[in-house]
Amino acid sequence: MKHEIVEKNIGLMIVLIMLTISGGFLAEVVPLFFLKSVNEPIDGLEPLAALELEGRDIYIREGCHVCHTQQIRPFRAETERYGHYSVAGEFVYDRPFLWGSKRTGPDLARVGGRYSDAWQRQHLYNPRSVVPESNMPAFPWLFEDLVNHNGTAAKLTGLQTLGVPYTDEQIALAAASVEGKFEIEALLAYLQQLGTVLPNKR
Amino acid sequence: MTTFWSIWVTVIMLGTIFGCTWLLLSTRKSQTSDVETDRTMGHSFDGIEEYDNPLPKWWFYLFMSTIVFSLGYLALYPGLGNYKGLLGWTSVNQWEAEVAEADALYGPIYAQYGKTAVPELAKVDDAMKLGQRLFAINCTVCHGSAARGQVGFPNLTDTDWLYGGSPEAILHTLNNGRMGVMPAKGVMPNMTDTQVDQVVNYVLSFSDRAKDPASVEAGKAVFMQGCAACHGADGKGMQAVGAPNLTDNVWLYGSNFDWIRQTVIHGRQNQMPAQSGRLSQDQIQILAAYVYSMSN
Repeated sequence: MKHEIVEKNIGLMIVLIMLTISGGFLAEVVPLFFLKSVNEPIDGLEPLAALELEGRDIYIREGCHVCHTQQIRPFRAETERYGHYSVAGEFVYDRPFLWGSKRTGPDLARVGGRYSDAWQRQHLYNPRSVVPESNMPAFPWLFEDLVNHNGTAAKLTGLQTLGVPYTDEQIALAAASVEGKFEIEALLAYLQQLGTVLPNKR
Repeated sequence: MTTFWSIWVTVIMLGTIFGCTWLLLSTRKSQTSDVETDRTMGHSFDGIEEYDNPLPKWWFYLFMSTIVFSLGYLALYPGLGNYKGLLGWTSVNQWEAEVAEADALYGPIYAQYGKTAVPELAKVDDAMKLGQRLFAINCTVCHGSAARGQVGFPNLTDTDWLYGGSPEAILHTLNNGRMGVMPAKGVMPNMTDTQVDQVVNYVLSFSDRAKDPASVEAGKAVFMQGCAACHGADGKGMQAVGAPNLTDNVWLYGSNFDWIRQTVIHGRQNQMPAQSGRLSQDQIQILAAYVYSMSN
């Protein structure tokens, strides 16, 4: 074949370019949509309760995922520090996932139950008060602002549409269960359940 | 992975590699030499023309070597659907091998310390070095790197124990955690503001710091009704429920009038998280000995 044939037939070139750049996606990503081990929840995994879901949205709003990953890689150094390595089945209800890509702070995939509520509150109000060398920002407004409950039911409905198994009853009760709660309570509810479904013996 | 997807992946992988190889070889056919030619591609734009030179040899052979590398890689490692690769590598068995290697190295050390009783273990220097590391990793965020605690988190070096400082009590605390709850206004929910001030004065009088000595006597009556059930009639506390000794001038939530007043009005809740699900029994034994060694 002569390279002129490709270079002088723009239609053929377009087809070949599309084939070339889609190869990786077709081989590496598309099969995952149909793979059992990445689409089925692990035993005991429940969709986040309404308050935890609001907490997750606060986590995203405050940019926690920018400095904290939620993914323990299968290296001994990580499993010694953080607990059992993360498995795909833990994240099937996460939309979008919050694995993150950079650790300025520690990984939070299994932070649930690791510290007491009192510690978490004090640390979020002023990180330096418990960890003097910390460079984490303080989040005092979480203790003053109430969770906005107007969108809670819609969030659950949206996730239900995407295949998260929320019941209609849960959606009906969602707004009432977060109304009047402080944002810190929602965030704590989210943090304290993170990674607790898999036993995390180090 | 089902057979269909396995074949799908394999066909795309090998198709891409052999496609690249074919494209590279077939467009090179007429250009087996790397001598520069005068022949141009035959198009001209503003008088600029393009020579039809062969690919540089170094570039061609580099490309070919990446293809050879990729075939070798796909033979050794899992990359073609369900094919496991000649090395049988997976990320999980790599992790298991790492852990097994570390267990073989450190396992006997931990096992030996894990069998030693806490008071003896506290005297073993190497075990205490290990204990210090474990403490630094797992405990310092609350108790501080010198284990002196802070407001709301107990000092572990002052021989003042909420739940007891015996080896058994420390092990129990580490394994199962502790839940400390002081109800608002103790067991006297209708305590008035005046009574709160009186009882705070009484509590301060244990350490001779009453702000208003006149109200101490009235405070004692309130104390007996609302506080003595847990803190004891003498204010010396009760380790079974984690009620602190109020007479030793060691304060978990601040020592001045206003702080103690806050504690009485709103109560306190605290928790030591259970560690038995996170650390091995041998690690907990070493940590218990380390904590024990700080006050014994």
